[in-house]
Order: sequence, then structure tokens, then C-alpha cells
Amino acid sequence: MTILAKYASFKLAYDALRGHGVDPFNVRFDSVLSPTEGILNGRRMILLGTNNYLGLTFDPDCIAKAVEATTRQGTGTTGSRIANGSYDGHLRLERRLAEFYGRKHAMVFSTGYQANLGVLSTLVGRGDHLMLDADSHASIYDGSRLGGAEVIRFRHNSPDDLYKRLRRLAGSPGERLIVVEGIYSMLGDTAPLKEIAAVKRETGAYLLVDEAHSLGVLGAKGRGAAEAAAVEEDVDFIVGTFSKSLGSVGGFCVSDTADFDIMRVVCRPYMFTASLPPGIIASTLEALHKLETEPRLRASLMRNAKRLHDGLGALGFTTGPQANPIVAVVMPDQEIAVTFWKMLLESGLYLNLALPPATPSNAPLLRTSVSAAHTTKQIDAALEIFAHVGSELQCLPSDRRRAGGVV
Amino acid sequence: MASNNGPEWKPVREEIAAVFEQVLGHPVQITDQTDIVEDLGLDSLGVMNFVMAIEDFYDISIPLDRIAQVQTVGDLIQAVEQLRSGVPA
Repeated sequence: MTILAKYASFKLAYDALRGHGVDPFNVRFDSVLSPTEGILNGRRMILLGTNNYLGLTFDPDCIAKAVEATTRQGTGTTGSRIANGSYDGHLRLERRLAEFYGRKHAMVFSTGYQANLGVLSTLVGRGDHLMLDADSHASIYDGSRLGGAEVIRFRHNSPDDLYKRLRRLAGSPGERLIVVEGIYSMLGDTAPLKEIAAVKRETGAYLLVDEAHSLGVLGAKGRGAAEAAAVEEDVDFIVGTFSKSLGSVGGFCVSDTADFDIMRVVCRPYMFTASLPPGIIASTLEALHKLETEPRLRASLMRNAKRLHDGLGALGFTTGPQANPIVAVVMPDQEIAVTFWKMLLESGLYLNLALPPATPSNAPLLRTSVSAAHTTKQIDAALEIFAHVGSELQCLPSDRRRAGGVV
Repeated sequence: MASNNGPEWKPVREEIAAVFEQVLGHPVQITDQTDIVEDLGLDSLGVMNFVMAIEDFYDISIPLDRIAQVQTVGDLIQAVEQLRSGVPA
């Protein structure tokens, strides 16, 4: 018995998973060669599960800016902005994000996780009500616990259920904050933002949208799901991350709310952690510039997403409802999911194995994320590998009708 | 949490049993001591679906921190009773 004995049931499940000869949560790449290729166990792999939506991680301009800033300003800030001060880059990035979103204020966090942790726990506290979509990301759940607000979950993507729950609160004091995600990270489905914005207006709640997976992906300007749904005016706070389409690390919040800057002295996940290093800030600024000035990246991304989504559907796999850059393939059970994932890996295709309870239903998922940097040839190769493994394991509809109707 | 098997709780217990049966798809025998996860074999998703069905039935929302305190059917009855009577969570 150790202090960690309380996790015995997790250990049992993890050991059973590793009994298949794989460890999906501890993959060790020998090296990563590009946004779409890496070496794993000496084998060249197509990377189809790294959220690298615009493929900017190896962009020569982003790298050059990071190198230049690192050479000029050093590798790190060695502390928080309240202790060690802000660098020019932090302020510039905040100004650029505010401009990009057409908002008055922006605040940069050291990770996307911390952005949710900080913003949620600061905006609402004891006596307030936080309305969360049931399929919210762990950072949203964790942020909700840090702040002490009363947390109420509503059914995933159900404006009616949200409305019902806000109606039940009628008459009770405190603010209401609705939190939804632009694109949900497991199935790649988008929030019905038009309807949610209508509920927000009718009930007088505040609305926060997490655009982690939709920044640079949705909307004519790439601002995300709120732009695509033309409801930006109804969204009081947008949270996002630099670690997906912008290819670095960090998080942010933008808003028009008056007094926004008071957050800088009350938001603990902002105050008590080291700020982003100059190199990260510089590459993020450059990536944001690319996002704005190179819409072809978004076009390639969506073309690849559609090709993969439609291709998997044509093969007979059950996927998420929309052709977004996250394409999830629903597996009939864990045994097949783990074997399938292992065989994909052995065939040169890397993606994410997502197991309950991290998945929205009880079904395990093979979660792919497409990049603008994938070539058509790579998408087709991935589809070919899926077809091959699917028929080996007899889990295509022509072999067995088990996968249907799970989502 | 204190258990109460008094007669005034009987209707709520029966209503909760009916919701359980609806969610699980088969009849269940419950007492106030029944452990919702251990005895009824619900996983985390099952618990969430069950809680949402209970919320709809009584037209209440059970906040997340209250759900975390609920282990037995008796705990759930107490939470439902308190929320219905407007006692702050």
C-alpha cells in the first residue's frame, strides 16, 4: 500500500490496456520530422492526431521569429508577469489578439488549460451559476471547481436543456455564465451557437465560447465558431489556445467587458505561473499573421477534413456528424479499438485512441485530426490503411453491422 | 449523509426507482442504503444520464458539488427533497 493505492482501479484498467502490448497514453516518438510525419520505433509515420490544424509548427518564418526573439531576449522570463514584468512581446501579442477579434481587451495565459482555469474561476464565484455543456473539456470542469460557483451541466449541444436549467434558476441571485466550445474535441461537432446565443439573450446570462479547436479553422477570417455562426456580438468572452492552429503553446481570453484588466491582479492561474518565453510569443505572433493573411491554409485544411470524413464514411465507418478537422471513428468496443489502433500504428498511421470516460458516449473512438499540411496522397494513404485494418478486423459494415447507431 | 427511512420519503423513493427502471431498462430493488454506483452498476455516463432523468422528473438542477456528495439512494432523496423545497445547496 502506498499513498497512490487509491488509484488501484485505474492501475488495473491501465495494466489491462498495456497487456495488449501497447501504451496509447505514452507513445514515444524517436523524432518528429514535419507537421505530418514522425518516426516511431524506427518507422516513418503519418501523423493524423496532433491538432496541428494549419501545419505551422515547422513554418520557416515562425521558426525564424522564435530564434531571433530567443537570441535577443533569452530562453525564458523566469517568472510571472506580476513579479518579473511584461516583455514587449506579451503586450504586442495581446494587442494583436484584441485587434484580430475586434475586441477591447486581451489577456495571454501560459497554456490553454490555464486560460480556462483562470477565466472561469475569476468570472464566477460563490453565489454565481456556471452552466456547462456536459461534454466540456477537463480544463473547463477544473476551472469550474476552482472558483466556487454553483456548477450545473446541461445536455450536450442542447439549447433547450440549457434554457430549462436557466429558467429553474429564475429568481435566485448571482450571475449566470454559459460555457460552450466552438468545436468539441472528441467528435469534432460544433456548438449550435445561434440557438445558444438566443437563450443567452433571453435569460440575461453571459456567454463564453472556447475556440480552442475552431480558431484558424472556422469563420471567414478564421476567428472560430462564433464568427461562423455570426453571433460574435452575443459572445462576452472568447477563450482559446496557441497550441493547435498557431503551433506553439499558451492560451488567451478576449472580451469587451469593462474592468477586464482587474483580472490581472485577481486571476491566480495568470498571476502565479511563469509567463510565456519570448520565442513562443514571437512564433505565435507570426503564426497569427499567417492565419490572417493566408486563407489558403484554411481551405486546404477543410478540403483534407472533408476528404477524410467522406472517405471514412464511404468505407462504412461511423464518424462524427460534421466534416471538421477532428474526425472521430466510433469503435464497437474497447478490445477492437485497442487492436485497431495498434494495427494502424504498425501500418504507419498515428492517431489518438480515446477511451471512455474521456469519450462522450460509452464508445471508444479513434480520433484523427487533419492538418492543412497533409497532402492528398497522405489522406488517401490513411484511408487505405483504415480500409485494410478494418477488413482485417472485420469491422466494416460489409463484414459486421455493429458500429452503426452508436453516436 | 444521514439516512432517513421515514414514511414521508416513500413516494420519492418509489419515483426514483421508477426513473432508475426507465434508465436501466429493467426493474430494480432499492433501499435508502443502495449504493448508486456499486450496487446498481452504473458507470460515470450512466450516472449522468440517470441524474439528468431525475432532474427532468422533478424539474430541478442538482449542482455538480451536490452530485459529488450523493453515494446512496438515501443521499439522493435528501438532495432532491432539499432542492424541491428551495433549501440552498
